Amino acid sequence: MTPAIELINIDKRFGAVHANNNVSLSIAKSSIHGIIGENGAGKSTLMSILFGFYAADKGEINVDGKPVKIKTSTDAIALGIGMVHQHFMLVDPFTVLENVILGAEGGALIGPALAKARAELKRLADEYELDVDPDAIVGELPVGLQQRVEILKALYKGADVLILDEPTGVLTPDEADHLFRILQQLRDQGKTVVLITHKLREIMAVTDHVSVMRRGEMVATKKTAETSVEELAELMVGRRVLLHVDKGKANPGDVVLDVKNLVWRDRKGTPRVDGVSFQVRKGEIVGIAGVSGNGQSELLDVITGIAKATSGTVMFEGDDITALHDPAILRQRGMAHVPEDRQHRGLITSFSAAESAILGWQNDPKLGRSYHLNRNAVIEQCRKQMEEFDVRPADPLLKSAKFSGGNQQKLILAREIGSNPDLLIVGQPTRGVDIGAIEFIHKRLIQLRDMGKAILLVSVELDEIRSLSDRILVMFSGRVMGELDSSADERECGLLMAGVVKDAA
Amino acid sequence: MSQRGELPTWVDIGLIPLINLAIALFISGLVVVIIGENPFRALWIMLEGALGSVKGWSYMFYYATNFIFTGLCVAVAFHAGLFNIGGDGQAYVAGLGAATPGLLLGGALAAVLPAGISQPITILIALLGSIVMGAAYGWVPGYLQAKRGSHIVITTIMFNFIASSLMVYLINNVFRPVGKMAVESRSIDDAYILNFRELGRLVGVKLPSSPLNPVVLLAFLAAFLVWYLLWRTKLGYEIRAVGANTDAAIYAGIKPQRIIMIAMAISGGLAGLVAFNEIIGVQHRLLLDFVGGAGFVGIAVALMGRSHPLGIVFAALLFGLLYQGGTELSFAIQTISRDMIVVIQGLVILFMGALEDAFRPWLSALFFKVED
Amino acid sequence: MDLSIFFEILSSTIRMSVPLILACLAGLWSERSGIVDIGLEGKILTGAFAAASASFYFQSAWAGLFFAVIISVCMALVHGYASITQRGNQVVSGVAINMLALGLTSVIGNSWFKQGGRTPALGDTTRFMPINFPGRESLFNLPVVGAISKIFLDHSVLTYLAFAMVPLSAWALAKTRFGLRLRAVGENPHAVDTAGISVAKLRYQAVIIAGILCGVAGAYLSTSLSASFVRDMSAGRGYMALTALIFANWRAWPALYACLLFGFLQAIANFLQGVKLFGFEIPVQFFNALPYVMTVILLAGFIGKSIPPRASGVPYTKDR
Repeated sequence: MTPAIELINIDKRFGAVHANNNVSLSIAKSSIHGIIGENGAGKSTLMSILFGFYAADKGEINVDGKPVKIKTSTDAIALGIGMVHQHFMLVDPFTVLENVILGAEGGALIGPALAKARAELKRLADEYELDVDPDAIVGELPVGLQQRVEILKALYKGADVLILDEPTGVLTPDEADHLFRILQQLRDQGKTVVLITHKLREIMAVTDHVSVMRRGEMVATKKTAETSVEELAELMVGRRVLLHVDKGKANPGDVVLDVKNLVWRDRKGTPRVDGVSFQVRKGEIVGIAGVSGNGQSELLDVITGIAKATSGTVMFEGDDITALHDPAILRQRGMAHVPEDRQHRGLITSFSAAESAILGWQNDPKLGRSYHLNRNAVIEQCRKQMEEFDVRPADPLLKSAKFSGGNQQKLILAREIGSNPDLLIVGQPTRGVDIGAIEFIHKRLIQLRDMGKAILLVSVELDEIRSLSDRILVMFSGRVMGELDSSADERECGLLMAGVVKDAA
Repeated sequence: MSQRGELPTWVDIGLIPLINLAIALFISGLVVVIIGENPFRALWIMLEGALGSVKGWSYMFYYATNFIFTGLCVAVAFHAGLFNIGGDGQAYVAGLGAATPGLLLGGALAAVLPAGISQPITILIALLGSIVMGAAYGWVPGYLQAKRGSHIVITTIMFNFIASSLMVYLINNVFRPVGKMAVESRSIDDAYILNFRELGRLVGVKLPSSPLNPVVLLAFLAAFLVWYLLWRTKLGYEIRAVGANTDAAIYAGIKPQRIIMIAMAISGGLAGLVAFNEIIGVQHRLLLDFVGGAGFVGIAVALMGRSHPLGIVFAALLFGLLYQGGTELSFAIQTISRDMIVVIQGLVILFMGALEDAFRPWLSALFFKVED
Repeated sequence: MDLSIFFEILSSTIRMSVPLILACLAGLWSERSGIVDIGLEGKILTGAFAAASASFYFQSAWAGLFFAVIISVCMALVHGYASITQRGNQVVSGVAINMLALGLTSVIGNSWFKQGGRTPALGDTTRFMPINFPGRESLFNLPVVGAISKIFLDHSVLTYLAFAMVPLSAWALAKTRFGLRLRAVGENPHAVDTAGISVAKLRYQAVIIAGILCGVAGAYLSTSLSASFVRDMSAGRGYMALTALIFANWRAWPALYACLLFGFLQAIANFLQGVKLFGFEIPVQFFNALPYVMTVILLAGFIGKSIPPRASGVPYTKDR
């Protein structure tokens, strides 16, 4: 049988990033095909190319065996391809019906289309368990139903192939199970479903075939029935050479940070951090592993006082700081923070390096008495930090934006470590940083640990976590799935990161 | 992603404003052609009108005084990431703070103190009054933005109209002496600043008549102080951090809400100095519409001067030149009215503010081609 | 208070509301598509100038209307180019449009007609006069009924056009494909883009509609409400229309009520100068400021809540 979709030698670069490296993929008709991989493996890029959102640099696409050109999403829709985006493409104040007909109104007046869509929605509801109140305002629906509207939109426009990008990220387990039933019924009725995810449980539960992507490449395609969670986890994470970091044994001392049952809910009430507890002691590095978007960022925000905890407690050096909600005071007390996103938080790209190098410490009396900011002191401090952390070019007056990622990161580390903190919280210390800088940054972190400081490290790079941490916590869906020691193997981590607890798997 | 690299600083703060000015002048020239006059002659008359005599220079600096204040007003708000369209209203309301001390206190103080002491004290109170009233009228929209989520642009527009109604009412019903026809207060006789012509007369130097007075020095001082505030104080750092990147500012423990209110108060206070110049320095009474749209010129000045006090001083002088030259032009060529300046102003705002990036890629391509 | 003054005020309310309604609907179309329009004022002003000039030149009010619309649309396209194609700051662009309009109309008017920026007075044949339907005079001469009917019937075609635009706009936004897409693009342009619809095209269409409506508002000012153009004759009506739009929470029917209310306040301010109410003399300025004060209070969330279209003021880029 001709495959529904064939992607042949697709290649796509974004600047220096090779998002898709000569990727080929064949998707059988009337099947559920999973695509799995870590963040940045290239799954979403590949599907965006198929849906006409990006143009591939090279490669061909066949739909139903015929070569096609997909330049815009209109082309994709016309070819019967529908996509449910990770961030919903819904108009919140519209009703379900209005959302469904948008772009497929069929005439200058929307009355007939609304009537038609109402009938069609009823049919789809009966056929696939896709019932939604057609007159409900979409913005007032829970996310699970909003997702259903997205699926209905695609089906109403005649999609035969339905792509879902990380569809369960926002769903409760029950909602996810319901979604899977819907997908299975769609397949049984002859539709083709492509499921992009990083969750192994889902792959095993619903797919017929699974393709694994890693770092822009297609690593393998398997029949789901003939593979195992362990094999997929290994393919996904890869057998990587552990980065070599000279590291002696940790000498953990007193507890510096004590987090108990911490919960943080977003505006819609979804718990993004869901009952997390752990401790960090003097002289140890605790690593938090996990695919991004599983609550790590929110956890860091709450601990550092940027966000306010919904419930639970955070103790810092014996004091309850849960209700403090003030990064400035925490900093004064000795909690330094290297944020995950250095471009958007760690520094101000339009400021000079010297000015970025005092971000968060601007009220330090060393930098000037009372209201005054002593420019020479600021520059001098930056110059010293640049020297100590080998920031290049060592020009305090250069705009922060003009430094490479690695040097920006060193600048931030210099600032935060330079304050001689008791606790250093580091998010993604080496994201987008060159090899040389990575080694340097890792060394400094170990050095700091050996000086008896407490370090909490969050990274989506499993290698980094494993080579630096003394203890590893794995987060998934806002929860800590388990704690491993630094000698745990990658497969074990991979399973936890994909939400599989060993006993249950 | 498509950034090829940034343009050098001198292009960014020097060349781009000049190109924009050139385009604005070119289009204005076309307008002059359309109405059947010679644009080069018009330009010459403008330049000569402003730069060809001491009187021209005096007027140019007089106009620039107000424009420096309003340009700084807009710029301080810009640095905090806010667009303050309400400079006009803030300056107008500040008229109360400028005029009331002279009208109420001036006489009383003069009765008990020698003129040499009572006058400076009253003037100082008027100065503070102008700043405080302007600041208060700027703070309220800042508060509404920070605490109630009202958009600062909309609120400041509303506040301009409210200020206008309020001031018309107060001047007409409260400040206007009974029986006086003109809608204005009585003149402030006990506390005003002599203009340079009058000061010159005291020392025997003959100067042409113009409203230029020592408040112009205050304008330069204000520019220096704003520079000092923004780049040499911790508060200034926090203001710029909030404007450049609110997320980073929050990460740094800065409270954006607090900064927004402070920045708007400073912004309004600067606008308030226009009232001080006009009422204490020029008119010596509170009158209708003394701001004359200076708040809006401030937008053009701030955009042109790249929100830097030094740039603002130059841009304000440029607009002072345009205003003075434009007045002369309207006398010399009857068919070109003084509103020609408003056209240029509009074009400068359009090109510097809204179409800023329109030819940046083009300039960028040109620049890097030359460099390669 | 004389009853006839009351009727006069109502009649004046309608006249005062007309430009507000047209401009408010213009703002509605533009802002529902996600383009903030501070430049209503400038578009009205250019429209008024073009209408008075063309009407005088061609000796036809309809020619005036035609040119008013053309010129106003040109201004709208400048705003569209800056905010849609160049993704510039929409507020700054609007402020620029207003200044350009004020300057250009004054400079060009002054040079063309040499009357200090005023255009020559138009005769009744070159203006939009109250429609002279049969039996008009005898109806107006009736006691009471005449006065009441005069409130509603003594108006030009533009007035009825303005009022007709309200249900038309409401209907078009709610019931047509174009309206649906336009509302969608103002809320979530990504949703529109992924549905295969051009965001830029929709927004340009919206901006052009705003231009047309402002042109008509301008023509009304200079060729119906008065008989010539004078400098800055829009006198803040564009801003007041914007205020009404916020007050009406970006909806067509409430926009009508807001404009009628604001028009009523203007009419009172014009007629009740120095009139005492409950022993107090309420200042004219109070009525002038009231729309703005009410809107500030509304915006601050002290009474109800006004929520703009979510994507308004944000230039559209593909990546999120």
